[in-house]
Order: sequence, then C-alpha cells, then structure tokens
Amino acid sequence: MRKLLQTLRELWRDPMGKISIIGILLIILMAIFAPQLSHYGPEKMVGIPKSAPNAQFWFGTDNYGRDIFSRIIYGARVSLQVGIIAVGIGATAGYILGLIAGYFEGWVDRVIMCIMDILFAFPSILLAILISTVLGRGLVPTMVAIGIVNIPVFARTVRASVISAKSLEYVENARSVGVKTWPILIRHISPNVVAPFTVQATLALSSAILTEASMSFLGLGIQPPDPSWGSMLSESRAFMEQAPWMAIFPALFIIVTILLFNILGDSLRDVLDPKLKL
Amino acid sequence: MSEHTVLLDVQHLQTYFPIKGGVVHKTVGHVHAVEDVSFQIREQETFGLVGESGCGKSTTGRTILRLIEPTGGKIFFDGQDLCQLDREAMRQKRRDMQLVFQDPYSSLNPRMTVRRLLEEPLQTHFTLTQKEMNEQVLWIAHAVGLSPEQLERYPHQFSGGQRQRVSIARALITKPRFVVADEPVSALDVSIQAQILNLLFSLQEELKLSYLFISHDLNVVRHISNRIGVMYLGRIMEQGNTESVYRNPLHPYTRALLSAIPKLDPLEEKHRIQLEGDVPSPANPPKGCPFHDRCSKCMEICKQSVPEEKELEPGHRVSCHLYD
Repeated sequence: MRKLLQTLRELWRDPMGKISIIGILLIILMAIFAPQLSHYGPEKMVGIPKSAPNAQFWFGTDNYGRDIFSRIIYGARVSLQVGIIAVGIGATAGYILGLIAGYFEGWVDRVIMCIMDILFAFPSILLAILISTVLGRGLVPTMVAIGIVNIPVFARTVRASVISAKSLEYVENARSVGVKTWPILIRHISPNVVAPFTVQATLALSSAILTEASMSFLGLGIQPPDPSWGSMLSESRAFMEQAPWMAIFPALFIIVTILLFNILGDSLRDVLDPKLKL
Repeated sequence: MSEHTVLLDVQHLQTYFPIKGGVVHKTVGHVHAVEDVSFQIREQETFGLVGESGCGKSTTGRTILRLIEPTGGKIFFDGQDLCQLDREAMRQKRRDMQLVFQDPYSSLNPRMTVRRLLEEPLQTHFTLTQKEMNEQVLWIAHAVGLSPEQLERYPHQFSGGQRQRVSIARALITKPRFVVADEPVSALDVSIQAQILNLLFSLQEELKLSYLFISHDLNVVRHISNRIGVMYLGRIMEQGNTESVYRNPLHPYTRALLSAIPKLDPLEEKHRIQLEGDVPSPANPPKGCPFHDRCSKCMEICKQSVPEEKELEPGHRVSCHLYD
C-alpha cells in the first residue's frame, strides 16, 4: 500500500504522468456520471438528423437525430468496461500461466508456451473475431474474446520475470529452507513480477479499447443501438461527406483515450523500472 | 571426535551440468562439476572443503542438499539415502539440513522483516501458535546476538556482519543437525569474520551441529575444521584431520596451496611453489590425474590413469600416484 502511494507520487512528479492521470481520471468520471452529464439519453432521437455542432447539440447529431455528445459519454462506459474487464481476464489467466511456466520449466513450460505462441501468432483482431463468432455478439462475448487475445502477452511478460527472479539467491535460500512451492511463488517471486506486469496491464488496456472499437466498427462487438465509439465510427462512414462530425468526435475520443493510457504506461515504466527501489 | 557416529556419508558423488548447443538445443557435452567425491562427516564435526574458485566446492554443498540433483553417487544422511526421497519427503528433510549462503546481501528477501524471515522456516516445518513462534524467534535472535528491536527491521538496514547473523539464525531456527556453510565469511571484513566464526563455533556446541564448511580461505578452514578435504577440478585430492593435512601435506597440489598462505613473519624464508598454467576446463577434464599437467612431480602413469584414493595415515587419504 505504501509502495503504491509512493509510485503514484513519483508518477505525479513526471509531467507526462501527470497529464495522463488527469486525463484518465476525467474519462473515468465522465463514464461514471454519464446520466448527469448528458442532456439526452444515448438512444433518444432528439434533434434534426445530421445537424452540425451547435449550442444545443455540442457535437452535432447523427443520421437518426441522436445527440453525439451523449452517445460519446455513454460510449466511454462501454470502452472502459471492456478495457478493464478484458484486461482483467487476460492478465489473471496470463499471470497464472506465466508463473507456472516460468517456475517449473521443462515440459509444462513447453506445453504452455507452445499454446501461447499459437495464440500470439494470430493477429489479435482476427483472433478476437474468431472467438466472438463462436461466443456470439454483444458486450460479454466481446470482453471475453479480447481477454483471451491478451493472455499470451501477459504470460510471456510474467514468465520472463519469473525466470529471472528464480535465480535470485533469496529464492534459492527459501528452497533450501524447505518452503513449499506456492509460498515461494507468492512470497518471494511474485513481488518481482509486479512492475513489468503493471506496465503491461496499462498498455494492454489501450489496445483492448482499440480492439473493441475495431470490432464494433466491423459490426462484431457492441450491437446497435448501444453506443460504442467503434460502432459510432462505423455508422458514420456512409455520411462522411454530409456530416463529418459523426466521425470526428468518436475518433477523437478513441485517439485521446488510447494516447493517455499509452503515456501512463510509458511513465509508469520509467517510474518502476530503472531503480526498482526496495 | 572420532567416537561420534557418522551423520553424513557421501559416496562417489557426481554432478554434471549439460552443455546445450546447436539449433535444436541438443546436449553437446557436460561440465564435470563434481566427479567422484566421497567423504564422511561425523556428528558435531566440521568438515572443511577447500579449493580454488570453480573447483566444485559449492556445487558439492548444494548437491548434498539436493538443491542441485546429483548425476550419480549416493548421499546417506543419518543412514537414509537422500537420493531415494521424493520431493515432499526431501522438503521435510530440509528441517534437519540447512544452508548458510555466502552473500548476506542477496540471500535475504529485501521485502521481509527479520522477524518474517525467521518465522518462515518455522511456519514451513512446524505448527506453532503465535506465542510459541515468538519464543523461538527470540531464542534464536538471542543466540546469534540480535536484539529484539532489530527484529522489525529490514535486511538493508543491517551491516554485512549483522545480516550474516540473520542468515545464520534463519538456517538454525529449525534446529537442524547438519549445516552447509558456503563461504559464510568470505563477503565480510576480517574483523567481522572472526566474530561470525566464533558464533558458528559456539552454536555448534549449543545445538550439536555438524558443518560442511566451504571456503577458499585456508586460515579460516584451519581455524574451524576438524577434518578437511582439498578439492581440485571436481575431485577431492586429499582429505584428513586438519592438523595432519596442514603439517604433512601429501599431495603436490595441497603442498602448492599451503605454500601460498601469506606468512606473518616477513623474515621467514619463503618456499612458495609456483604452479604453471591454468586450471583445465571442467567441461573437458584431462585424461588421467586431473592435476597432471600442472604437477611438478608428474610421471608417465599420471597422464594415463586416475589415481586411486589411498589411506596413508589413519584417516588421512590422498589420491596421487606418488604413493602407489
């Protein structure tokens, strides 16, 4: 806990870290208070279709006359939800698999990493499409699909740190004392995995949001009329010339969110990596 | 000491490490780290293992504790063959046999307080109440000379010597019968070395311990050991009672090694034996006696066959063709 606070404090000292924290907090707040912030429901047809941004509809309206600003705010919920839960699934599974593969090595390692390499070999969007074809469409299958796609990256990151931590002398000391395998893994090895793992999770969050947007854009992710930045972008395609604001604002939000998470991941890496103060 | 029964009996121990090479990671050879090592340690005895770096001393110690799996040979501890034990049985056996590491800076988990470090072995091997555990921790802390306040500190808040006390406490808290001390004082200042050695001595009396004391420092080994073994390239060249080996070294390698001990008296005549060449690679050990290409008394037979171990005085054994 104390270490967490210290990490946050150092992150705050980094200008890029500060920007990303503020930005991400704003997006999170926006998602939480979506009903209060938006003037209209995301699915309500409230204005003249395809009207340009004005005082009433800040980001304009879409082809059905829905308020784009409201839809974007509600869409933030979907993006964050998908990002966090999908990364949660991928990170948990990847962590366990990586820990086992790295510690035991031998055939267990070969089997696990072989499966991971096969998953890794597919382009992530293709694999996500495959999985969501099997599981069906909608929010939950999308999250599961993106989660599975994320497993190999985490498994590899964790495995690499476990292998380097395993050769530490105090880990051998624990073995020589006779400590059981799981306590060794949890007490002595896991703390060495936390730093690269956290960085990886932040970066994976942005790619999960992007994958969701891509899938929704292709019509596989979140189904209309639910708002999602990706599906809004997809719908805007046909009206690009008449109502460019339909494309510009969702795209802007996708770019800014991903950029913020990437910046956070980068400065988190700087904070955690070089000194690894104990 | 000889009236005591044998606690540890190592017979023809071998440890090879595979060398992987080529695109398919095939085993292309072996590093012969430990080659046919046999010795015994009696109860409450200290057996010193000396040799230059890379000769396989530490590997021998770790193989006896099965932290490295032996390639061949037998290890009898209290009459029981350790190599026959499965993982779990061996893990439980570790209560009776512990390892003190060379480097007290890297061998203690920096995220655990001293109290946690000392409690961990107890939790691993016993079911104790918090009160009983606390008593044990205070007892061992007192025994190694740590004050109760220091228990709440982290390893980085200690000096090298103090950390080594923590290390020793962690190894001894389960009251083992046998301890492998792998160069426990090499990383310390000379003034601290004496303190730690005396601590090891007094704990041996108190807990009736047997030590396998690994070191490259001949003076330290002489000070602490009842018997010593001299290792070269994975083999024990000579072993015997400490005084007998130091007074009357039989093997040419032992003689060269002992002649290298710095003398306190600058006026005393020096008879330093200079060895030619380098230690051969354990991945490709020479045929015959491993020492033959550096030995001043090398004979034709030395290049052909490995000398048998011969007992020349009671308990004093040597592997050299000079004594055939």
